[in-house]
Amino acid sequence: MDVNKEFTAQTWPDHPEQATLEGKNKFVGFWLFLACEIVLFASLFATYLALKNRGPASMGEEFTTQSLFELPLVFAMTMVLLTSSLTSVYAIYHMKNHNFKGTQTWMGITVILGAVFLALEIYEFNHYVHLGFHYTHSAFSSAFYTLVGTHGAHVLLGLCWITSLIIRNNKRGLNLYNAPKYYVAALYWHFIDVVWVFIFTVVYLMGAM
Amino acid sequence: MAHHEEAVVRTPVEYAYERKKRSDQMKMQVVTFALMIFLTLIAFIAVNAGFSPYYVAPIILVFAGIQVVLQLYYFMHMNEPNMGFISFFMWSGIFIAFITVLCFVTIIWWHTAW
Repeated sequence: MDVNKEFTAQTWPDHPEQATLEGKNKFVGFWLFLACEIVLFASLFATYLALKNRGPASMGEEFTTQSLFELPLVFAMTMVLLTSSLTSVYAIYHMKNHNFKGTQTWMGITVILGAVFLALEIYEFNHYVHLGFHYTHSAFSSAFYTLVGTHGAHVLLGLCWITSLIIRNNKRGLNLYNAPKYYVAALYWHFIDVVWVFIFTVVYLMGAM
Repeated sequence: MAHHEEAVVRTPVEYAYERKKRSDQMKMQVVTFALMIFLTLIAFIAVNAGFSPYYVAPIILVFAGIQVVLQLYYFMHMNEPNMGFISFFMWSGIFIAFITVLCFVTIIWWHTAW
């Protein structure tokens, strides 16, 4: 099937992301990648849980999860990221209806919400570092920054990815060439939210108790 | 290209039906989202209320599990047909994740002076 063929909403396939062989391969390959990402984050979570509130004997109780974390900020970050997951669902909904403008708009909103999330995370890390809780402060700080920072790096990558998708396909319109690209980018964004659900529960909420 | 072309030609009725189906699915997604926000709110409130961690921790972990399943099955469409192979990948990954975390939290002991 010619990937550059032009479609209308009436002729657009039900599963445009899997209508070509390349799309099918991307789809399965991307899910396999996400399964591997689960294992990557599992190792970071396991390390964090093992080293939580631990460090050199001189570390003191100044920097423990109870004294460090501020839940209102985490709550705001959670709401922003959860909402951005819904906006990317809207983008794919419009993609399946062959409404390119809708796809672009909702992907744009997703990027904005993702950028807000990232800005809040940078503010949070900056705040901790100014308090003296930097990366090499203790085993706890290293494990914390590595876990939450790896998630933040995923958010940053997702932002760059979706932004470049929006820009470089802007004049092309929807076809079977870029439908799988939008679809897997949305999958990646949902996965970022999946990981954050465990970060806010295991790191922040269980840390604040 | 070598692949055989699946020309999709829909009657107006079929087209209207497909759109309606997708629109119903979208409503379901919004309900899922509302449920996720609700679970998040309950989790934050439960922690803020200051109940015993022994009660709250398992509950918020279960809430996180429910949220992740909702995300995977509704937002990421793992509930659709032909996702058996992919479910196998994902649940294998989740199984390994569980074993890894269980192992680390039970096997590592840190003797600290403070």
